[in-house]
Amino acid sequence: MLTLRDLKPGDRARVLQCHGRGSTFQRLCEMGFVEGARLRVVRFAPLGDPLEVELTDYHLSLRRTEAGMIEVAREEAARA
Amino acid sequence: MLSARATQRRDAASPSHAAGPRRVVVVGNPNAGKSTIFNRLTGLSQRVGNYPGVTVEKKSGQRKIQGVEVELVDLPGTYSLAAHSPDEMVAVDVLLGHEIGERRPDLVLQVVDASNLERNLYLLSQVLELGVPVVVALNMVDVAASRGVVVDAALLARRLSVSVVPVEGHRGIGMPDLEAAIAEALAARAHSDVGPTAGENGSAPLVRFNDALHETVDDLHAELGPSFEAARGRRLHPFEVLRAVIDRHGHAERRLTRALGNVCEMRLEEARGQVAQGAELPALEAKLRYAWIRERVSGCITRSAGERAAWSERIDRVLTHRVFGYVIFAVLMLLVFQSIFSWAQPLMVWIDGLFGVLGRGVEAVLPEGALRSLIVDGAIAGVGMVVVFLPQILILFFFVGLLEDCGYMARAAFLMDKVMQKCGLSGKSFIPMLSGFACAVPGILATRVIEDRRDRIATILVTPLMSCSARLPVYSIFIGTFVPATNAVSGVPGLRLGYQALTLFLLYVLGIVTAVTMAWLLKKTLLRGEKPPFVLELPSYKWPSLRGVLIRLYERARAFLLRAGTTILAIAIVVWTLAYFPHRPEIGADHARLRAAAVAELPAGPALQARLVEIDEAEAGSYLRDSYFGRAGQAVEPVFRPLGWDWRISMAAIASFPAREVLVATLGTIFNLGSKVDEDSDALRDSLRKAQWPESDPAKPGAPLFNLPVAVSILVFFALCCQCGATVATIKRETNSWGWAGFAFLYMTVLAYGGAFVAYQVGMML
Repeated sequence: MLTLRDLKPGDRARVLQCHGRGSTFQRLCEMGFVEGARLRVVRFAPLGDPLEVELTDYHLSLRRTEAGMIEVAREEAARA
Repeated sequence: MLSARATQRRDAASPSHAAGPRRVVVVGNPNAGKSTIFNRLTGLSQRVGNYPGVTVEKKSGQRKIQGVEVELVDLPGTYSLAAHSPDEMVAVDVLLGHEIGERRPDLVLQVVDASNLERNLYLLSQVLELGVPVVVALNMVDVAASRGVVVDAALLARRLSVSVVPVEGHRGIGMPDLEAAIAEALAARAHSDVGPTAGENGSAPLVRFNDALHETVDDLHAELGPSFEAARGRRLHPFEVLRAVIDRHGHAERRLTRALGNVCEMRLEEARGQVAQGAELPALEAKLRYAWIRERVSGCITRSAGERAAWSERIDRVLTHRVFGYVIFAVLMLLVFQSIFSWAQPLMVWIDGLFGVLGRGVEAVLPEGALRSLIVDGAIAGVGMVVVFLPQILILFFFVGLLEDCGYMARAAFLMDKVMQKCGLSGKSFIPMLSGFACAVPGILATRVIEDRRDRIATILVTPLMSCSARLPVYSIFIGTFVPATNAVSGVPGLRLGYQALTLFLLYVLGIVTAVTMAWLLKKTLLRGEKPPFVLELPSYKWPSLRGVLIRLYERARAFLLRAGTTILAIAIVVWTLAYFPHRPEIGADHARLRAAAVAELPAGPALQARLVEIDEAEAGSYLRDSYFGRAGQAVEPVFRPLGWDWRISMAAIASFPAREVLVATLGTIFNLGSKVDEDSDALRDSLRKAQWPESDPAKPGAPLFNLPVAVSILVFFALCCQCGATVATIKRETNSWGWAGFAFLYMTVLAYGGAFVAYQVGMML
């Protein structure tokens, strides 16, 4: 299973689904990590965690552990 | 005719409704510019308070909008109405009018970021289900335009069936239109047949995004509603049932099961099974809502290539760079830190001086006695102690406001998160803790940026462990007097590191290490819980609005003076009472005799003057030793003896509860030098060096009172203790609980005692 934490800066992907339970999982869903949402990994923080992601219209930061809950499918970078 | 009937019915339902101002609740996502709009609407007429039992702040303001008296209530920024803690539940309760003493709002003003429409409409889709009329302020249309996003507000309004007003909050553009829309919506509500209890009878929500879910919710609501009303004395809203079904272990579920027992939990599980069919409900909710949103915004948004996003990303490439990012961060923090430390200092000295002059002025007018002492040493000194914090608070919040407004604060948290995770906190705790080095009070106030309650309380509890500037006088006198000024490092030419500097440095390290350990421990024990998500929006950079920063500054200062200030003043007066009474007349009579004898013996001149001052100081010392504090010091001496302290040190330590730096003045009084000594006073240093245990002492007759281990034990005690009334009062105010304030005082005192004990005992063994 490919998750958001496996991507590299500059990679573009589509969300397949979120895995997990509890309030973190719910927050991820509410923030827009829902099936079909498009995203781009912008960068990892200098210390390796957290990472910055562009999700539809905005930028947000989340930790690697949280990124690991989001299953994605890579998209061709050429689309942009 | 219709409107008259409606008014009558409303009056019967809730007589206060027509009388009071109309109630408008402002909601929105964080970073949507909600505070800016709220500030534009209310100006400086804001009041800040707390909701009972939670740490959430209640901000409201009152004004006339187009002739109608309106009370505006600002809710904390939120992404969703799903509540996992009592703090998050406040938004739902205010919107439904369930808060104690609160009415149901007449209107919800939802602030929406036009440049990030879809995610912002998520909250709107929930708000629309509450059955309260909504006006949408489509904010930051200029930012959106610069990013190539144009929103068709009229079309969006038709799609959502609510008014949508485009505005630019930070420039005030569109505000008259927004006010007109608010007035119009309020007028429409007054003339419609919709009473204040509309939507509470299970009436259909405006948004029905999933029939199966809503049918289940309606069934459950019909089933549970009557018994809930019997148990709680108010109606159950269908939205509460919806939240209880979706948010497993959430606050709505907890509230229902508390009212109705475990039967309810079983029914909720059943309902979840019916709707979800294997999927996780929160994911289903998000998917359905986003589908609903996309359907509504499609065709409302036109996109072209914008340059704004690229510009913001270019800045980020530098500010979050692996080297430059940290260098810039360090320089910024140094600047903030240095300014609280040094720019505030002259102002604080000035304020101190001002209150000194005021005190002396009153002293000159009033006759000597308890009243004069109460006014000068109790009230004026107490108010001075409150006001003296203002420069630090204002300077810190000016910078924090600027950094927050321009979007850098989120990047600081992004940079520091990995480090702070090690002690169980998040990047958001870094700046409050750093501010603690200057003063814990503004540091604790700055924890407001932390949304998670447990993280916030942990940060509040450990910030006072950072060595603040008020500890410096204490450090300075004991290090200066008892730690040798010799070089600790020999053999390295050019390197000078004195034992004194080393001791000072180690005291700072002690504070940091203890704070980090305590944070980690607290997060493992008392504040244990699910790790809060670090899902943090990184907004595009923008120029900070000076107006907004200044309004927030004013609001902070006002809240501090009124709310924490009154508590600090009360503490100061209690301490004054304990240090003044019983004030036995015999002591005065004895010293009056000494004065008379001196006048008889010595010729008028400098020698007599000096003798009289000496007698005055001795008298003050006698009074203090005889006061309730002095007696308490003597009574608790056995407790502090293992730290190497006698009753005089014990008493000075206890009497310094209002503020650590008071220790120096108290020592001055105890050693008959008067209270005007400061940490550089040679006379005080001399008396400390010469002080002895009494000859009658069984353990150490006539031995010097202070030696290096005793001095270190005092230093360690003051590095770790919570002898600061302002900190305790601020913790009470910010956590809205005396429990946490008491806990902070208690745990720090225990740590301080333990640390001082170890320092003394180990020191004596070496």
